[in-house]
Amino acid sequence: MLIRPATDLPSSDITPESAYLDRRSFLGRSAGALALAALAPRALPAMESGVAQQIGKVTQGEDLRAELTPYDDVTTYNNYYEFGTDKSDPAEYSKDFKTKPWTVKVDGLVKKPFDLQLEDLIKPFKLEDRIYRHRCVEAWSMVIPWQGFPMADLIRKCDPLPGAKFVSFQTLFDPKQMPGQRRAILAWPYVEGLRLDEAMHPLSFVATGVYGKTMLPQNGAPLRTVTPWKYGFKAAKSVVRITFSSTMPKTTWSEAIPQEYGFYANVNPEVDHPRWSQAKERRIGEFRRRETLPFNGYAAQVASLYSGMDLRRNY
Amino acid sequence: MEALRAFTAPRWLKPLAFVLACAPIAWIVGAVLSDLFAGTRLLGSNPIKRAEHFSGEWGIRFLLLSLAVTPTRQLLGWNWLASWRKMLGLFAFAMISVHLLAWAALDMELNLQDVVEDLVDRWYIIIGMTAFTLLVPLAITSTTGWIKRLGKRWVTLHLLVFPATLLGLVHFGMALKKDLIEVVPYAAAAAALVAWRVVRRTRTA
Repeated sequence: MLIRPATDLPSSDITPESAYLDRRSFLGRSAGALALAALAPRALPAMESGVAQQIGKVTQGEDLRAELTPYDDVTTYNNYYEFGTDKSDPAEYSKDFKTKPWTVKVDGLVKKPFDLQLEDLIKPFKLEDRIYRHRCVEAWSMVIPWQGFPMADLIRKCDPLPGAKFVSFQTLFDPKQMPGQRRAILAWPYVEGLRLDEAMHPLSFVATGVYGKTMLPQNGAPLRTVTPWKYGFKAAKSVVRITFSSTMPKTTWSEAIPQEYGFYANVNPEVDHPRWSQAKERRIGEFRRRETLPFNGYAAQVASLYSGMDLRRNY
Repeated sequence: MEALRAFTAPRWLKPLAFVLACAPIAWIVGAVLSDLFAGTRLLGSNPIKRAEHFSGEWGIRFLLLSLAVTPTRQLLGWNWLASWRKMLGLFAFAMISVHLLAWAALDMELNLQDVVEDLVDRWYIIIGMTAFTLLVPLAITSTTGWIKRLGKRWVTLHLLVFPATLLGLVHFGMALKKDLIEVVPYAAAAAALVAWRVVRRTRTA
């Protein structure tokens, strides 16, 4: 159900923001509650245990609920160069993108490399909601309600060896379906990576849905990574391969323009992009710019990952 | 070709061109105001960015069109086209002024500190602003009075349009994140228009 092809969804089926915001009361009275509950939101009570409890408030995004970026913007204003470099290209050129069948390969420093159908890979994970800020390196931002599972669950399932210190995620390479890949705008396939402790952090997430709906290709369907304290380009979309390594993997943007894009790419208002300031951002749908927050507002949760590091050099 | 050379513009052609040239300016100013203050979605999710890109790109287009007037006139013997150069040049200046205004007023929100910081720190802003600055005296001296007053020096002064165009193209390329393909057609057109002049000069010299 989760990876039902996007074409099954008439636009009338899409949860409006108001209904999404109001969904708990909606669930209570709607006859369609069961169907919706299966699709999306795992209810709040399930969050309240262990690590999730500590960061529950943050991941639930209680303070962000009123700031959700409209679904229309989330699904039509995208950077996904595999489908083209214009913001509108991904929505336009991904209409026939096939997300089923979908195989994910796990290799590198793991006990036992394997290939698995996406359904089987994610079956054991409990789906949950996350409302996260999303900050693009181009100084615009959104607030997005994701559905998916903690990245840590996925990492554990991959069973990395003790020597594994990094994990990288590779996007599908298929120029037939992804017209942007017909030119070498970037060194395809797209690869992004994290330090293993970053990947295991409770905020790190793997999303399969947006706004309680199966994710659309322009957002990285069927499976994308979400690390909300980093610039958007650190997310790998339409992931087909997960590789563990002992050394820092080469990642696409930092290989393309190393003086502008680093491996860490933590949101940092004090470290400018060489060509523009990162101090402020325009939240999509807002007229005035906002101040950008250190680590995109998640400093209390993630800053300790980088203690002792010079964030100016490790940009 | 002969038929083409014999063509002279009917009286309504230049007014029509004027009206057509007004369209992009009217559209972008109207659309951005409507999106920001009337809640429409004419320019998509990020209307301010869109207004900046649209006005910048049309500024380049008008500049190149004004640079195309002389070669076209010479090639086809269309002397009636001469007066279009000033019109198109002024449209370029107007569009680039809209571009500058969109950046300073909408994007930077007239925050002087942010504007000055960008003007000092950011090469693509410095280059774009230099291009605009070079165009200011050209717009001012575009009147018949100034042409008479400056005489031969007017021609020399208006050579500034070439460095301004070059800097405009560099500014455009630097504003793109990585893929430069969008600038290529404009850069090619500019190169061709300059090459025409160089070749013609060396031949007649």
